[in-house]
Amino acid sequence: MSAERLNTGGSAIDRARPLTFSFDGRKVEAFVGDTIAAALLANDVAVVGRSFKYHRPRGVWGSGVEEPNALVDIAGRGPNMRATTELARQGLVALSVNASPDAAHDRSAFLDRFARFIPAAFYYKTFMWPDWHRFEPRIRAMAGLGKVDPAWTAPEAADQINHHCDVLVVGAGPAGLTAARIAAHDGKSVLLVDERMVPGGSLRHRDGGIDGKPSAQWITESLSALTGAGHLFLPATTAFGIYDHNLVALNQRHQDGRPDTLWRVRPRRIILATGALERPLPFADNDLPGIMSADAALVYLRCYAVRVGRRIVIATNNDSAYEVAEALTDAGATVTLIDMRQHDLPSAPKGVTILPGRMIASAQGKSRVESVTLDDGTKLTVDSVLVSGGWTPTLHLFGQARGKLAWSEKRAVFLPGDPVEGIAVAGAANGAVSLSEVFADVARATSSPPPISTGREASGGVVPAWPIAGAKGRIWIDYQSDVTAKDVELAARENFVSVEHLKRYTTLGMATDQGKTSNLLGLALLAGVSGRSIAETGTTTYRPPFTPVPLTSFAGPRSGELMAPVRRLPLENLHRAQGAVFQEYGGWLRPAFYGGADAERAIQDEARRARQSVALFDGSTLGKIEVIGPQAAAFVDFIYYNTMSTLKPGRCRYGFMLSENGVVFDDGILVRLDEHRFIVSCSTSHVAAVHARLEEWRQDRFGRDAVYIHNATSEMATLTVSGPASKQLLATLDLGLSLDDADLPHMAIGEGRFAGDLLRVARVSFTGDRSYELSIRADRAETLWRSLRQAGKAFDAVTLGLEALMILRAEKGYIVIGKDTDGTTMPQDLGVDGPRAKRQTDYVGRRSLFTEVAQAPNRLQLVGLAVREDEPPLAPGAHGILQDGPKLRSQGFVTSSYLSPVLERPIALGLIERGAARQGETIDMQHLGQKRRATITAPCAFDPSGARFNA
Amino acid sequence: MQIFTCPFCGPRDESEFHFGGEAGNTRPDGADVPAERWARYLYMRANPKGATSEVWVHMTCGEFFIMERDSVGHKVAASHPLGGAEKSE
Repeated sequence: MSAERLNTGGSAIDRARPLTFSFDGRKVEAFVGDTIAAALLANDVAVVGRSFKYHRPRGVWGSGVEEPNALVDIAGRGPNMRATTELARQGLVALSVNASPDAAHDRSAFLDRFARFIPAAFYYKTFMWPDWHRFEPRIRAMAGLGKVDPAWTAPEAADQINHHCDVLVVGAGPAGLTAARIAAHDGKSVLLVDERMVPGGSLRHRDGGIDGKPSAQWITESLSALTGAGHLFLPATTAFGIYDHNLVALNQRHQDGRPDTLWRVRPRRIILATGALERPLPFADNDLPGIMSADAALVYLRCYAVRVGRRIVIATNNDSAYEVAEALTDAGATVTLIDMRQHDLPSAPKGVTILPGRMIASAQGKSRVESVTLDDGTKLTVDSVLVSGGWTPTLHLFGQARGKLAWSEKRAVFLPGDPVEGIAVAGAANGAVSLSEVFADVARATSSPPPISTGREASGGVVPAWPIAGAKGRIWIDYQSDVTAKDVELAARENFVSVEHLKRYTTLGMATDQGKTSNLLGLALLAGVSGRSIAETGTTTYRPPFTPVPLTSFAGPRSGELMAPVRRLPLENLHRAQGAVFQEYGGWLRPAFYGGADAERAIQDEARRARQSVALFDGSTLGKIEVIGPQAAAFVDFIYYNTMSTLKPGRCRYGFMLSENGVVFDDGILVRLDEHRFIVSCSTSHVAAVHARLEEWRQDRFGRDAVYIHNATSEMATLTVSGPASKQLLATLDLGLSLDDADLPHMAIGEGRFAGDLLRVARVSFTGDRSYELSIRADRAETLWRSLRQAGKAFDAVTLGLEALMILRAEKGYIVIGKDTDGTTMPQDLGVDGPRAKRQTDYVGRRSLFTEVAQAPNRLQLVGLAVREDEPPLAPGAHGILQDGPKLRSQGFVTSSYLSPVLERPIALGLIERGAARQGETIDMQHLGQKRRATITAPCAFDPSGARFNA
Repeated sequence: MQIFTCPFCGPRDESEFHFGGEAGNTRPDGADVPAERWARYLYMRANPKGATSEVWVHMTCGEFFIMERDSVGHKVAASHPLGGAEKSE
């Protein structure tokens, strides 16, 4: 027994409320307020986990977010949670990481005996042949940290909060609390955050007094003054990232089982009072359980009443450990203080043995530290070793905000360099040590008088204690990634002398703690080995997040259907009632086919019946963008490949829109309503892009008063009646317009009324049959659809899903942009060369149609592809192949392929080299190793004369 | 996440905007534009390090405008309507 809970004290725990939880199956007793780490120490659990690579036993190192060793998987909460920041809760189940069956009896511990054969990069170098991937799964199973529970699901969507304030203060220690109070006093709105459960920072466990009051009282008063004035304080909240324009992201953790909340804060000013973290000291086997941060030992003593040992050696290179030695001596421990420094030592605390000018050379012990050997050979028996290798200011957020760091020779640390706009660094993060220095530092940025330190003051005397190349034994630099001084030396020998390369070669500073305790030691050693100064060697790049953030918190409510919300038809419920099976097409949820478990049969049936009589189809998603204004005709001429200004009012024309590089961007019908008013009917999935493109040319070329553009797509529903009996069907309804072909020919529009509402009727066809597109106010479409279906009964009308429509259009050789075209297809490849040859006015993409590439003889051109009647359809994506000397090469591919029920044979469209000139030629096709033959035909396989438009 | 200023709506989150291209990339009209000139219009960009002048569109209001910003520090200096003189700092 060495670590134990004392009978009195412990500012963070509530002894009246005991609880129990489970660690590696063992029952652990704790009090409300304990962290898991505090409770494990109170129960004298020395080994809390196994290391990443060598499976070495590891114990608690720290008392906060810097913790490299004490990671636990918590059921229902997540893997790799820091035992030092997670509160113990009744019934909580925690497991150690990378250990089996448990941390104390890990069966992979033998790996450590082979450690000298597996240094940094061993796996890379050794398992290259024959293939790394053959070894990877087993190696990965042996290494690593916590386990993700694949069965876990988030209990609810995580909250995400956007917040604006004048001043955001990160860290509620003496500097942060003071800065927040001063900002509030100056009339600013303040948000104060701290990653711990309670405010106070170092004031909670270090000696001190402020304005004549005990620290605890000052903390309480400061906080209530702040919150009483309406300012916000968030405990258990980590500012983990600073992004562009000083957006700060916060990770707020809850104790009631809710997922972590993500805060996006837009402060006008940021004050970083993020404190400093204690570093380890380099000596052989400095990773044994029982060796921990001296400051953490003071936290466990004063906040949790846990004395970490009875026979304690404290090793230090700076003044901060003296208070720890004094406190542990007062608590009944025997303390020997080993100070590297010979001179200028602080005064010795009563009862503490001090050995000046000495260092620990090595530690000994099996599963916990049992003795240490000093550099003069002295051996001391111990049950606990506390180390303080100096303090590293926590400047991660400052670095993320592109703040440059400046090396301080005197303090042996990096401090903030040139200021970053909108960001101030204060307190220990800025190099302040005593409370007086902290308050002076905060006051420098403000006008109001700061508090006065009236208690004992800390001092900042320190000498460097960096690892030295060639030292004996295994000196651990990065506990979490299992990197030793020898690994760093090896990397430097192999010329990985940039810190960024060192990091990636050795994994120094990686994993969940991101090297909070190890980075400076590693780069100091690299500097020594490579003969550079620490300032020259520099630091690795700071990137968010400062601590791990659950992905659920970033996802927020955006999961399932909310991930990418679909757009819905006004008549969705009617289609559902009719048995429609819905699929997503271009962001819209639309009927794929109606009824029946046998999809293929239902689709074939719909396509067959549409040709026989009449079909009803919901085409509401088609784009309807209005172009209105005095220059509307000139505008659409420029936008379209085809000349559109010659279109007569009341008529429609099919055309292409090109990109400036000449590639077909969209196709569709343009309707001219009157002299100055057009409707651009574009593809469903291109509406937003076409609209943006029209606006761009309007604003950047034609001018705001030339045309006006209005996207009316969702205002109107469009219901299509298509087929030989379509005219007869419509004649049974009272639509208030003449259906006579002389009044309403193919490619013309008419205006009628249905049930009092304006009805636009367009005779355009995507099926190849006589068709009428009826557009009506979206909220009145239901009655029209019901009437059409009612009237359709007499004609054996079929409702058409999108899949059957695809067959009908492919029979006609009608293309779908992006399916039957790709990013190289130009209009001449689709057989529409007229405008290119004849147009004299400029239009989008024109010049690109006359480049060498555009005029190359071997371009892929749209064709039909026919196979024998008894064969199955070609696979979409199948390639036309050509034996070109010794090489087999592609000469194009199938873009659309269906079984045509009306033709009773497979049909296909494809893009084939010089296809237009090769009709009748039979070519080889290949798909997934299977070869077939197909004959090149014209794209249109059904009714090439177009007689059915007027049948 | 950056804050951009639409000259019509004021400061808004960057997710409301789309990049439209470098400002001043004038379109040469006609079928007989030299290939080199047309290629420059289509593909060649200065991509300056530091001060840039760019066309952006504020998708929520649909307006295209010019934004002057720094491509290194991401500081936005000014934004103004296409061809307009009025500036919004």
